[in-house]
Amino acid sequence: MNYLLRKLGFYAVACWAALTLNFVIPRLLPGDPVDILLAKLSQRGAVVTPETRAAYATLLGGDTNTPLLSQYWTYLGNIVRGDLGTSISYFPAPVTDVISASMPWTVVLIGLATVIASFLGVLLGAFVGWRPGTWLDSMVPATTLLAAVPYFWLSLVLVYVLSRVLGWFPSQGGYDVVLDPGWNLQFIGSAVYYGFLPALTIVVASVGGWLLGMRNMMVSTLSEDYVLTARAKGLPGRWILRDYAARNAVLPSVAGFAISLAFVVSGSVVTEQVFSYPGIGSRLLAAVTNNDYALMQGVFLFITLAVLGANLVVDLLYTVIDPRTRAR
Amino acid sequence: MLVPTMTPWLAVGLALVAGICLFGLVGPLLVGDPDGIRDVGLAPPDGGLWLGTTQTGQDVFAQLAHATRGSLQIGFLVGALATVLSAFFGIYGAYLGGAADELFSLLTNVFLVIPGLPLVIVISGFVPRESRGLWTIAVVLALTSWAASARVLRAQTLSVRNREYVAASRLSGERAWRVIVVEILPNLLPVLASQFVFAVIAAVLGEAGLSFLGLGASGSSTLGTMLFYAQNGFALPLGAWWWFAPPGLLIALLGTGLSLINFSIDEIVNPKLKTVRMHRRRARAAARTARKEAR
Repeated sequence: MNYLLRKLGFYAVACWAALTLNFVIPRLLPGDPVDILLAKLSQRGAVVTPETRAAYATLLGGDTNTPLLSQYWTYLGNIVRGDLGTSISYFPAPVTDVISASMPWTVVLIGLATVIASFLGVLLGAFVGWRPGTWLDSMVPATTLLAAVPYFWLSLVLVYVLSRVLGWFPSQGGYDVVLDPGWNLQFIGSAVYYGFLPALTIVVASVGGWLLGMRNMMVSTLSEDYVLTARAKGLPGRWILRDYAARNAVLPSVAGFAISLAFVVSGSVVTEQVFSYPGIGSRLLAAVTNNDYALMQGVFLFITLAVLGANLVVDLLYTVIDPRTRAR
Repeated sequence: MLVPTMTPWLAVGLALVAGICLFGLVGPLLVGDPDGIRDVGLAPPDGGLWLGTTQTGQDVFAQLAHATRGSLQIGFLVGALATVLSAFFGIYGAYLGGAADELFSLLTNVFLVIPGLPLVIVISGFVPRESRGLWTIAVVLALTSWAASARVLRAQTLSVRNREYVAASRLSGERAWRVIVVEILPNLLPVLASQFVFAVIAAVLGEAGLSFLGLGASGSSTLGTMLFYAQNGFALPLGAWWWFAPPGLLIALLGTGLSLINFSIDEIVNPKLKTVRMHRRRARAAARTARKEAR
């Protein structure tokens, strides 16, 4: 119980830190969003009057005349009410609508790709680590090449080979544009077909990390006394691998799952850009290039809170599968 | 004992990293102007131009040399900054213990769970392009990447902190910085080295991603900006593989080289991994005897 409270407390603090970071960043950095927008406007030949300025300031919610602390309170209050402001690039859609429209794409893509990559990596890692020193083991450094490949470059190469040269997969978008989004077989099939290449990129780029982590833990576990005991008892190798070594070696990978999710989200922002995938990463970048600050902050907040939530779930699960963490 | 044993993989790693560093240091002096425009756009590689030209007829090989230098610069700069940050929060906090340790590790854990690249993108989005210099990007990348290694360093420091000679040094009234630098730090050198190598890989990759999105330091030339121009110049639909393939491959090779070096450092940090090499030798010997007996 104490452990649970500590965990919840930590995530409350992390959540508050993320919210505050989101509030502080635009106010701390040199560029003023209103100025940048007005500069853009006057570049196009518009006459900027004090009224335009005031209108923009209100639109962006950054009324600089009120004291910082009350701005902060308004900001927190708006978030609690689920009001993240209005998007400029999708005007007049509220930021929350834009996010909820693009969220399922990213959640399904990244979620599935991460689960597949971790499952594959852990499985392979268990077998490679089980027999250290064989030819399989000497392939491990080769997987580091895959781990060191930038996500976005890998997607460029895959698009070039599988899409341009071989023509097997579409290179852009999340579904066939002639179809209307909906829960019918044709549309889902098209979404799977379009999502295959981005998902493949994420799996190929991240499977090496899982493999290596699991392999190293297996090697460490194999020198534990209980594995030696199991061997001495003459248990079949398969049992020792599954019930003694792999079961204990997989624990850090489970704990690492949540943290790796943050990296996968980061990597996928760039991958989504390459594929023009209609997910949340493309929205973030579109918001940056269009100076859509409300959308930018909203997406950042959403990604952060999603990663925090996933971490919390994995942390709680971890206490169930490894009772030692509770004992502390 | 602190020097890694020479293995084939370490040799390959050192050769890769040394080769790429040499290319980044010497290459720009030997190649022509990377921005010079020719009237042969998108020429495939041939004898004269090793890696062909970009859409506007710029020499890809010359660009690659300059970009490698840029990427290495920012990689090592950010790697150093992030290592200093993680050493401060990881080692100093664990040394002090008590409330300071709690606070430092809370901060570390918070930074660990906040996704780095989206944060960097948002920060870069708010900084106007003119004031987005090399140092801005370096500081932002370092700020978002120190946490994981701080956690590792903290765990290591906690195990060193309570050894007798450290306690003796503390009790004899040595100042904190002296105890840390003279008594604790030498024990952590392999971990620090390993974390530095990781930080450099992360920095090169992070900067490449940021520049690829067009959010890197203004006026900089790195492997990421090369990929940005390749993507925006339609290198992919036009089939100009010689334009987008080499920069990414170079990043991957640099990362691989550094990781291979890291494997060898890991064997010092985690001696259990060293038994792998023993296993391998034993397996080979067993195979040899088996073959002999078969004959």
